Amino acid sequence: MSVMTPYHSEMHVRRDGFAQLLRAEWTKFRTVRGWVIGMLVAAFLIVGLGALTGANSECSVADVTPQNPNPPIQACPAPPSGPGGEWVSDSFYFVRQPLVGDGSITVRVTSLTGLYSTHGGFASDQNPTAGMTPGVQPWAKAGIIIKTSTHRGSAYAAMMVTGSHGVRMQWDFTHDVAGMAGQVSAASPRWLRLTRFGDTITGYDSADGAHWTKVGTATLAGLPSTAPSGLFAATPGYSVNSTSLGGGSSTGGPALATAAFDRVGRVGRWPAGRWTGQEIQGTTDIALPASAQGFTQAGGRLTVSGSGDIAPSTDNVDSVKQALAGTFAGLIAVVVIGVMFITAEYRRGMIRTTLAASPRRGRVLAAKAIVLAAVTFTAGLVAVAVTIPLGERLLRQSGNPIYPVDALTMTRIVVGTAALLAVSAVLALAVGTMLRRSAGAVTAVIVGIVLPYLLARIPGVLPAGAEQWLVRVTPAAAFAIQQSAPQYAQVTANYSPGTGYFPLAPWAGFAVLCAWAAAALVLALFLLRRRDA
Amino acid sequence: MTNVVHAEWTKLRTLPGTGWLLLAAVALTAAVGALATNSVTCPAGGCQLDPAKVSLTGVDLGQAIVAIVAVTVVSGEYSTGMIRLTLAATPRRWRVLAAKAAVVGAATLATGAVAVLASVLAGGLLLGRHGFTAAHGYEALSLGNGSVLRAAAGSVLYLALIALFSLGVAAAVRDSAVAIGVVLALLFLFPILSSVITSPGWHRHLEQLSPMTAGLYIQATTNLRSLPLTPWQGLGVLAAWAAGAMLAGALLLRFRDA
Repeated sequence: MSVMTPYHSEMHVRRDGFAQLLRAEWTKFRTVRGWVIGMLVAAFLIVGLGALTGANSECSVADVTPQNPNPPIQACPAPPSGPGGEWVSDSFYFVRQPLVGDGSITVRVTSLTGLYSTHGGFASDQNPTAGMTPGVQPWAKAGIIIKTSTHRGSAYAAMMVTGSHGVRMQWDFTHDVAGMAGQVSAASPRWLRLTRFGDTITGYDSADGAHWTKVGTATLAGLPSTAPSGLFAATPGYSVNSTSLGGGSSTGGPALATAAFDRVGRVGRWPAGRWTGQEIQGTTDIALPASAQGFTQAGGRLTVSGSGDIAPSTDNVDSVKQALAGTFAGLIAVVVIGVMFITAEYRRGMIRTTLAASPRRGRVLAAKAIVLAAVTFTAGLVAVAVTIPLGERLLRQSGNPIYPVDALTMTRIVVGTAALLAVSAVLALAVGTMLRRSAGAVTAVIVGIVLPYLLARIPGVLPAGAEQWLVRVTPAAAFAIQQSAPQYAQVTANYSPGTGYFPLAPWAGFAVLCAWAAAALVLALFLLRRRDA
Repeated sequence: MTNVVHAEWTKLRTLPGTGWLLLAAVALTAAVGALATNSVTCPAGGCQLDPAKVSLTGVDLGQAIVAIVAVTVVSGEYSTGMIRLTLAATPRRWRVLAAKAAVVGAATLATGAVAVLASVLAGGLLLGRHGFTAAHGYEALSLGNGSVLRAAAGSVLYLALIALFSLGVAAAVRDSAVAIGVVLALLFLFPILSSVITSPGWHRHLEQLSPMTAGLYIQATTNLRSLPLTPWQGLGVLAAWAAGAMLAGALLLRFRDA
């Protein structure tokens, strides 16, 4: 009688086989030709559409004048850069004298009035304010300023009264500190003071000229010993962001702010002894022509009228958004692959083998999610890292000024976009596990991510309130990770997804997508455990 | 041919998902339309809003569900192997595709009509409360108005053409995930690209070529002069896409092994 020897596998029995599970899923992924090709297609779509957008977004200007009716066409000019490298508006009327060394300037502001155009332009160069409406813009500003030079974009510190935001101290375009609240009037004047000590400028305000409160302190890099200092007035244009479905555009026009100053006090060396007026102005800013601006001096009283703004520029053509237009095409491809990674198992019956080999079903889902996320992240990272420099190079060749983005922000955009693709793929995997049907799962994920973005970002499809809501709660919130320009509280602008501004902070928006993916994974796990395969 | 259509109708009717999906298409189209209508206001100074287009916003979402139904009608047969039986029963393959187109087209027309009618009714009820009154220069939204009727009827046709387009793509691509991905990519990518490509010529051509953007011109009732195409030309662009997809699907079905 023969004795049967039971078969023993040569392989060691190990408690934890998760590495093998990962390897199995990776083998499945890399051996299905369609998925590998799909991932390459996703990467090529991202790069290709970015290049297409860059090459076909020409920007040109031609300065047509009566003397020169056919001028050469030039690339669009970039706005001046501020001390931090950001694009700025720097247009105002400057009434100045040089201040040598340390010293201070004190003024009393007794009024701030204004005019604005509602029809997009001004009457004529000779009489630009004809037909304009009286009224002060909320961020109209007038006060005292110490600036490194009269070049646009140079460092400065200023104390000012504003149309409806009280007294402010602002410096180097991006910094803004609130002082006294309330509007200025003859009955309730505002006293402002700037004191220079070395590179440090301190701003003070007062209601009576006797009791002073410190508002803020600014350190200006490269402040020369002789700095142009004095009074200024400026106002951003009037604008109404229409919230309509037809337009979604801004309407409005340039404005003028006029402020009355008296009790001008100067401490330190002011060798010029008299005021010089000058409009600081550039073609990239919305401002009235020089003939509308100016100053008058009568006794101790100075009246200054200015137009334009001293603030970070928010009217940016978003080069990153243009270069990354292909993200959506890549996203759709990645979602299709993510869904198929699980629904193909159901279609072929492979899922039964998979689950027999690894009865703990949660680990199967985890292994699939990890493999899919890793592959997608890698493909996305390479594609985005190639696309942004390529797209920006082509945009520059097409005549577009490229919005300066610092290295940290750029890293966030590149890594964040790759992560966005990876998490979207995992969301697709989870929804595919829940629904088991490809068509429904792909549609649910694409419609959930792309359609809200499409509706929110393309101006004129949805009203503003609905736009903001859509990019807060839907997975489309994650596109905040691609926002390249910060939003400034001290600048009124059309901050909407259509112009590249999202209501949530970049990583907060990304977290919304992650929350959706996590919730979907939990539900998918529950159903995977509960249902027969 | 009647038998083939009847067979396709039986297949569509007896799938449990179809009814729910079509119901969802009606409910979501009307709900999104009502939400969009409820979120707009037209101040006394007037606004540039197009009331018909606002109340038909839900079609943007409804088209995705219609596309699922159409893709499943073809891809479902491939995933189960049913297609071999279908083609054995009807060896003239173009007839199968034509019958599917007839059945899906008819189902979409009926669904779309209900969805659009519900959206227009909701719009008519809600718009008056949000400033779209005679005092602000708006007539009440009603199908009695020629251009509103065109927008509504055109939206129904739009949904039917989306179904045919999806059917053609699915016949060409066969796999349901890839087919729906291609359909949604072609619908959504054109408007995204035309929003970032700034050269005026390219921008205009992308809008004219886009099946979704051009097709939805049929919903416009105000500012028609600012559109790069007339509403019916726009719907014609979508019809051309649908015809192209159906032709490609028919040819591939004819010359490829199932």
